[in-house]
Formats: sequence, C-alpha cells, structure tokens
Amino acid sequence: MNKDVYVLGIETSCDETAAAVVKNGREIVSNVVASQIDSHKRFGGVVPEVASRHHVEQITLVIEEAMNRANLSFADLDAIAVTQGPGLVGALLIGVNAAKALAFAHQIPLIGVHHIAGHIYANRLVTEMKFPLLSLVVSGGHTELVYMKEHGKFEVIGETRDDAAGEAYDKVARALHLPYPGGPHIDRLAHEGSVTIDLPRAWLEEDSYDFSFSGLKSAVMNTVHNAAQRGEQIDAKDMAASFQASVVDVLVAKTVKAAQEYQVRQVLLAGGVAANRGLRAELERKMAEIEGVDLVIPPLSLCTDNAAMIAAAGTILFEQGKRADMSLNADPSLELS
Amino acid sequence: MKVLAIDTSNIVMGIALVEDDIVKGEIITNIKKDHSTRVMPAIQSLLADCHITPTELDLIVVARGPGSYTGVRIGVTIAKTLAWTLKIPIVGVSSLEVLAANGRYFDGVVSPLFDARRGQIYTGLYRYEGDVLECIENDRIVLSSEWARQLQEKNEPVLFIGSDVVLHKEVFKEVLGDLALFAPDSLQLPRPSELAFIGMKKEPENVHSFVPNYVRLAEAEANWLAKQGEQSRNENSVSSNDSCGY
Ligand SMILES: [Zn+2]
Repeated sequence: MNKDVYVLGIETSCDETAAAVVKNGREIVSNVVASQIDSHKRFGGVVPEVASRHHVEQITLVIEEAMNRANLSFADLDAIAVTQGPGLVGALLIGVNAAKALAFAHQIPLIGVHHIAGHIYANRLVTEMKFPLLSLVVSGGHTELVYMKEHGKFEVIGETRDDAAGEAYDKVARALHLPYPGGPHIDRLAHEGSVTIDLPRAWLEEDSYDFSFSGLKSAVMNTVHNAAQRGEQIDAKDMAASFQASVVDVLVAKTVKAAQEYQVRQVLLAGGVAANRGLRAELERKMAEIEGVDLVIPPLSLCTDNAAMIAAAGTILFEQGKRADMSLNADPSLELS
Repeated sequence: MKVLAIDTSNIVMGIALVEDDIVKGEIITNIKKDHSTRVMPAIQSLLADCHITPTELDLIVVARGPGSYTGVRIGVTIAKTLAWTLKIPIVGVSSLEVLAANGRYFDGVVSPLFDARRGQIYTGLYRYEGDVLECIENDRIVLSSEWARQLQEKNEPVLFIGSDVVLHKEVFKEVLGDLALFAPDSLQLPRPSELAFIGMKKEPENVHSFVPNYVRLAEAEANWLAKQGEQSRNENSVSSNDSCGY
C-alpha cells in the first residue's frame, strides 16, 4: 500500500491569491481563494502593481487558512507546488518566493507548475484522466488546444495568434458599456438576444488549430461605432448573442475536429471561460455526436484560477521526480512542455 | 538569539546572520541581477556556512522600503513567510535607516538616499545621539533640489550616503557648498548586519498584516483617487507612513 501524498499548491499569477492542499493529486483537502476583483473593478481591469500589493497583503493569511482547513502541519506535506508562469511577473513573484521560503523552512520538495497545466489538471479533481486526451483552455489570458498522450506531457496543437477569448469578451463588453469583468454579462445577455448581426469567424488555414479573435472584436466595435454615428442604437442583447455565437462556433468546431483527428478518449474544458453557458451547451451538443469520447467540464470553482489545480498538477510532477531548487524564478512567458 | 536580516529593497542584496550580538556572516552584492533567483540561495548558503538550520532562527528583520516596488516585495514576502511558518517575530526597518547607520561617527546629520527618477530621491534625515540612530525627518520622496534647500536652512554638515548619491551630488554641492559631505565608496552600501541590530531594538509586528513601505501609492490608485477628489487621503498616506523608529 502506498502512502498518501499531500501537496500544498500556491497560485498568484493574476488577481487571485490562492492556496490549497490536495491528497493524491485527486482529492481536495482544502481550497482557499482570495479574489481581488472588487479592488480592480474601479480600474476596469487588473492593474499589475495593485495586484502585486494585494498578494503581499494576503499571502500568509491564505496559506494559513488552507493549512488550517486541511488540519495538517508542514511536516505532513510531501511537496509544495507553485505557479511559476505564465502570468503577471510581479504577481507570480509573491507566490514563488513564499513557496521557496516554506520549502526551505521545512525542507520540503519544491515544484514549479505551468499555469495551464494547472487548469488542465483541475479536471483530475473531478474524474480520472483518460489518455490520449484533448483540453480546450479558455480564459482571460489563454485560448489553447492542448493534446496529452500521458501524464505530465503537453503538446500545444493550437493557440490564439492575438487576443485570448476572454480578452475579446472583456473588450466587447466595454464597447457595449457593460461592467468589468464583461464575460458573464455577455453570456447572460446572449441568452436574451438572438443572432441577427453578421459577424466574421476566423477559421485561419484549413489544417490549423490556431485561433484569432481580434478581427471579430474589431468588427463588433466598428458595428457599434457606425451605428452610433448614424444615431442608431445597436441592441446589446442581439450583439452579445451574435458575438458569442461567433466565438463559440470556432472554439467548438476546432475542438471537435481535433478530438477526431487525434482520436482522443477524453475532452476537457478548462479555464475561466468554461463558466460560459453558451460554450458549455454547444460543446456538449457537438461532443454528443461523436462516440467514445468523454467530455469533462469541472465545476466553476475549479475552472477559474485556484491553487487546488496547481497542487494537482504538481502532484504528478512530484511523482515523476521533478524538483525545483531555491533559484526557482517567476517566468511571465513560460512555455508549456 | 539568532537573527536573520534580509534587504532586497534596492540594487544591493544584503543577508546577515547575527547570533547573540556577534555578526556570524553577511552577504552583500551590488550588481543589477534578479533578486528573486538569488536571495533564497544566499540565505540557504549563509545558514549552511554558519551551521544553523532555519528552525533555530529566533527573529527575522527585513528592510521594508522605500526602494524598488518589486525588490522590496521579494524581501518582505520571504521574511513574512519565514516568520509566519517558523512562528517567530518579524520586524521591519526603513531601508533608509539601514543606510544611515553607515554614518555612525559623523558629526552632523545624515541623509541616506535612493534615486527615485525624474530628479526625485527617497530620503530622510538621521543623526546619531551617542550610540542611538535617531530619525529627525521622516522618509519621503522629494526633488533633490528641494531637499538641498531644506537642508541649507539647518546650516550644519550633512553626510550623503548611497550609491545613487553620485546622480545628485552636483545639486547638493551647489546649494550646500562645504556643508555637503559624501560617504566613500566602501560606506555606500547598506549593511545587513546593521539592519539586524536596528531591528533587534524595535517592536515586532503582526506578521499577516506586514507590508512594504512603498512611500508612494500605485500610479493607477493615485489617479483613481485624484478622480474621486480624494487627493488629501493620498498625500496623508505618503507623509505619515512609518519610517522612523517606533
Ligand atoms: Zn488561469
């Protein structure tokens, strides 16, 4: 019988200060997230310097809460996993240096985790992963299709060439005068409106799994602007519905095509945009049409940034023998490999 | 009593281990290299050299700014995480006060400084009363020309300390003439052992709420407050922020 593995995860890549303890890479023992969203709302977006300051204020409190809720001491931990990148460098530095201090103080193995690997491994907290698998990662900072043959091996087969999907949502929301963060508002309006406005879909080259959302974003802004010049008002509900349809069409079509071409057994939806009802519904509908492929969509709390996903990914790396030393640094443009 | 002192608030990285009033070791570098990759390895190797394990530490002292926002955050994050997890007290010391300590035998006032760009400096005014370093003017951000004029009114010798002094030397010379004196190169760098000794005399703080002294608000925050017509709050928080010995 193997001994249970307990890993403390720490995540500070953007505007959430998070810590969590995960058992055996699959079971959440504690999961604490301190969101800064109320502070950044007044700026209409995340301000890096403000985010870094909040992380310093929160970091020990959040870790303490995660350890207390887990009812564990540091001596019970097998490893400490921390988001190394990508993300805001000043924000990442807080988590990385706190994790190093903890690993040093208690002589516990330290592991650097890629943020996207974390998002993908959030799925393992819901159900065991079946390889080969495909993961669609969509968030404010990322839009990627990641193929995995086995644990710990990631191959990015498609990614955005300009804006992330979540970024396009935020910008379109601003053009429609919706509050920050705009994603949930567009999703809500989209369900009240109908697809009446003709907007482009960027399919790119036929064999490409890459994405592009800047053209779509510009088309929305131009339509809104031109209508305003004519003294007309675009119906925000219909615009939201039309925009969302365009985004979802491309995301789902490429995901389904890749799932078939790579003959995967599982498709995982990851990242904050996984909360989008339009995307969930369409992906569920299309995936039901192909046989033998499971679709896994984690609950919302595990789709948005959290540290349980970092601990889950870190557990696999720990079991594979990966270790970081005290020179571990934050890397804002870390590659997934 | 084993004290670990950490200073990453500016370009200089300083780590010291002081045990029962004996300086066991110090690491000081003055190179433009990433603090984040170097501080923990430096702490690790200094403690190993001194045959001390982290769990034997009794106190953490950290330079809490002013300085580079990122630099000061790295030191403070490491310090508060160590203090919290080892269940030992944390003490914060002004980065300028540490630098001022190099002026120990100077007969006059000491102005430690760091460049703050666009003609501005972070500085304060200190004086040794016997063995005790006292703060006479709080830490602040000020134009070096304006600071020179304020010092001129005091009409006594001023020792300027810090690697950035060279950037403002001419301004001080012009306004203060012979009253302006400049520390030699060997005394330009803050000593982490001084940081440890200053810290040992101060009261520990609550570890969770421990934060850097940035002196300035984040730019976006200052702009936002200005828009809210709350500028008075902004100015207050700049001038009344900690610094001098409490
Ligand atoms: Zn994320």
